[in-house]
Parts: sequence; C-alpha cells; structure tokens
Amino acid sequence: MSALVSNTAASQAGGDVWQGRARSLEISGLNVYYKNNKKSIFEKRTLTHAVKDVDLVMYKGEVLGLAGESGCGKSSLARTIVGINKNYTGTIKKTDPYPQMIFQDPYGSLNPCGKVGWILKESLRADRKKRRSEEEMDMRIRKAMEDVELPVDFLERYPSQLSGGQRQRVSIALSLVQDPEILIADEPVSALDVTIQAQILRLLDDLHRKLDLSILFISHDLRVVYNICDHVAVMRNGIIEEYGETDCVYRNPRAEYTRELLRSAGI
Amino acid sequence: MKDGKNTYKSRRPMERLLQRIPFLKDEKYSPFLAAGLLLTSIMLIFILIGLFWTPYDPTAMNRNEKLAGISIRHLMGTDNKGRDILSRVMYGSRITLMIATGTMIVGAGIGTVLGALTGYFGGMADEIFMRIVDALLAFPSVLMALVIVSLFKTGSWEVMMALGIAFIPSFARIVRSEVLRCRSMDYVENARIQGVSDLRIIFMHILPNIRGVLLSSILIGFNNAVLAEAGLSYLGIGSQPPHDSLGSMLSSAQQYMLSNPVSVLGPGLAIIWMVLGFSFLGEGLRREGD
Repeated sequence: MSALVSNTAASQAGGDVWQGRARSLEISGLNVYYKNNKKSIFEKRTLTHAVKDVDLVMYKGEVLGLAGESGCGKSSLARTIVGINKNYTGTIKKTDPYPQMIFQDPYGSLNPCGKVGWILKESLRADRKKRRSEEEMDMRIRKAMEDVELPVDFLERYPSQLSGGQRQRVSIALSLVQDPEILIADEPVSALDVTIQAQILRLLDDLHRKLDLSILFISHDLRVVYNICDHVAVMRNGIIEEYGETDCVYRNPRAEYTRELLRSAGI
Repeated sequence: MKDGKNTYKSRRPMERLLQRIPFLKDEKYSPFLAAGLLLTSIMLIFILIGLFWTPYDPTAMNRNEKLAGISIRHLMGTDNKGRDILSRVMYGSRITLMIATGTMIVGAGIGTVLGALTGYFGGMADEIFMRIVDALLAFPSVLMALVIVSLFKTGSWEVMMALGIAFIPSFARIVRSEVLRCRSMDYVENARIQGVSDLRIIFMHILPNIRGVLLSSILIGFNNAVLAEAGLSYLGIGSQPPHDSLGSMLSSAQQYMLSNPVSVLGPGLAIIWMVLGFSFLGEGLRREGD
C-alpha cells in the first residue's frame, strides 16, 4: 500500500458508508507480468511488469471504477481477475469463482458465425456452476434478452445483422446469462457513439441494482466513471495511485496524477 | 459506375474474359464462381451418367477398330486395344475423382486437426511439429507420395493414402496460421471466460470462422491431387488396370501419339476440364469470402 493514496470519507471525516460491508473481491499484492515476444533467438526474453503490487477491494453490490490512461495495466488486471491470465503472483479472493466480462469492442466479442441464441446457449452449456436442462436454458436465455431489453426474435440473428449498441446489449446478455455475482466491464462504452453510450450505461446501472451485481467498471473516461461508480481507483503505470469514494476523489483529489486527469477531462 | 449500367469491371484479364461470356455475367457472384460451378457440375453430371451408362463397355476390346479416329461411332476414337475412349474417360474420371476425394479426406482431415490443435495450444509441441512440417514441405508432395507408394504396393488405395499423407503438411500450416489469428480474438477469449472447453472452442467456435479459407484451399488441393495422381499414374505407379484413371490412360495413349494423336485428347481434356473447374470454384469462393 506504499504508493496508494487513500482518499475515502473515512480518512477525511470518518465514516465511509461502505466500510464493514461484505466484499465480493479482494486483491492483495497482485503482480502481473507479460512475456514479450523475442525478435530473434539471440535476444533474451524480457518481461513487462504490467500490474505492480496492487491491492484493491470491491464491496458487494457496488460499481467500482478503474480509471487510467491506455496501457496503464487496467486490462491486464481485468484479464487476471476473470482468470484468462494465469501469470501472476499475489492473492485474489472472489465470492464468485467465475466472474464474467464485457469487452470493449462489440464487433469482436461475439462469434460472427453463431446466431445470438446459439452464442448464449453455448455459454449456458459451459456453465461450471450449474447444469441446466434444455427448457431451463431457453428460459434463462429469454430472461437475459429481456434484461437487456432486446426482442426475443433477435435470437435468430447473426451478430453482423445487429448495430453496435445492439451487439453490446447482446454481450451484456452473454455475460449475465450464467448469473455471475461479479461483472467486469472493460471499457464497455468506449467504442459506441454518445447517445448509445448513455443507453448502455443506464442499462448497466439498472442491471446492477436489479441483479445485485458487483461491477468493476474500467474506463479512461472520468465523466462516465463519475456518473455510475461508488468507488474509484486511479491507475497509472501498473500502480493504483489513488482510491476512494467517487465524490471524495473528484472533489478533493490527493494524487497529482488524478488532478491532471480531472483537469484534462474538464471536471 | 457513373452511368450505372456497368456496375463492376475487373482489372484482372482473366476475370474480364469470363465476364464476356453472357451466361457468367451474373452481378451477384464473381464470374469465377459461376464458371467454376458450371464446369464442375458438367463434369459431375458426366461422371454420374458414366455410373449407369457408357456408350460401350469401357473394358471391351475390339480387334477390328484399333486406334480409330474421331467418328460418330466413337466420339473420342479408340485406343490401341480398340476400347472406346469416351467410355473409358467416363469411367476414368470417376476413378480420378475418387482418388482426389480420398486424398483430400486424408490430407485435409488430418492436416486440419493437427494444425488446429498445435496452433491453439502452442508451446513446445507446436514448435516441434512445425519444424517437422517445414522439413516435409521441403520435399515436393509428388516425390513424397512416390516414396510412400514405393514402400507399399501400387494401386488406387495406396495412391490415395500416399497423396493424402503428402498433403497433410500444407493443410496443417494453413489451418495453424488461421487458428493462431483467431485464438487471440475477443470472442474466443470470451468463450474461455465462460468455461467452454478448449476442444469445443477449436472445433465449434474457431473452425466455422475459417471455413472460407479451408474450403478454397481444399479446392486448390483437389486440383493438386488430380494432377499428382495423373503424374503418378503416368509413371506407372498409380491406379492399375482395369481401374484406369485419366492419368494412366494418358500414359498408355502417349505411346501411340504419332499414329493416333486423337487418343490423348479425351483423357487430357478431361483432366484440364476438372482442374479448371475446381480452380475457378476455389478462386470464386475465396473472393466471395473477401
């Protein structure tokens, strides 16, 4: 916790409303390394230290914002939490062993060869937490489509027949269909235009209340983070520079880097 | 473009040539696809008729009509034993097609599975496998098949196996590079997050996405198989009588080329027709995929 500037109401005036609540995710001492590709056989393989000794807590039912410029290690952190990246040291405690993820690019995160219904069913068939019968799967898929406010006949469409916003709704449905407790949203609206962004953000906010989800919301856009997050962590070069309740951090940023980011975002 | 009449004019001479043919001037598909479909379906109909009916028995010899030229009775003439060449081409095309199909089933099947597995899992096994493939690719596939056939007996099945094995490396390479490209895509990672098993990801999620590349390389492979089989039969180690393929017909007709040049025409044209059809089809499918 050396580099971390804690900026919570507790440290300012005493009494973070979240303190003492159940935690859905607890990361301590996390280090993530990446192997770089060798350019020739004579070169030694180098490691990139993408995430450096990070501690982070996510409370149950909150939206935790993770902000920072591109290349600062946000996505590495996300990939480590969902378990695709196995190259890390440190501990990750999560209430849900299989968190789900929403990707940035709605054009790449859905299999172009599968109809929406097939894509959703494929996820349910693979569910490691619960086995379902065919009817249960169909019910669950319908429910997920309802949750993301898409008509049921979209199940028969291919992703290429949908717009960007509709695709992102399908990706959200896909990440929710297994009923996860933790959802990681890796820049879920950065690839969409502004009107669609607002719709998707509202949808995420609604779902988070309705389904009691804990969401780790990764974004480089501080305005978006301000609107929907309960806590925010600011990351730079693999280090979390500042962490605290969103209001506190925005009103009274302590780390120099946070001030810089806020200034450039015009807040 | 401006007048709206001529919607699409290719810069490629071959494509322009094909577009001149009125039947192929379809705007929906590339002329290659149309030409390929046309040639291949005519060939298939020809072979299909040969299954049930041929003008003469392809093995019946006729001492009185040896090395006859083109006539109403024998549209492609007769060979040195007086057998009707048209009937023999109908039969031989079937044998050639069967060998080419078998070759593709062995070569593309095993090659695809190996390439997909090593490409997806990577690591040391992939490295070793690809070096072996590189070494095998250094030999021409016909030469490889020649070695394999000479280790066993000669015959249609052996040729099929030998050519199939010789074709494995090129397919493994193509599929591996495509799988490698798809592996890091978001939808594959998403499937992994959801817990879809690796084998299911490879065969149900990735392979359907590379089917275009796979299909066109199978068609190109088909061509190579037809030609390689003709080459092997020409050398006398391909299919054996009475199951003569087009290649072995060509090889026996070659001896009489000076006394009856017509007798090479039938099998030669059939090979060209088949190869042209498949390569147009492959090229057309590749462009449709783009």
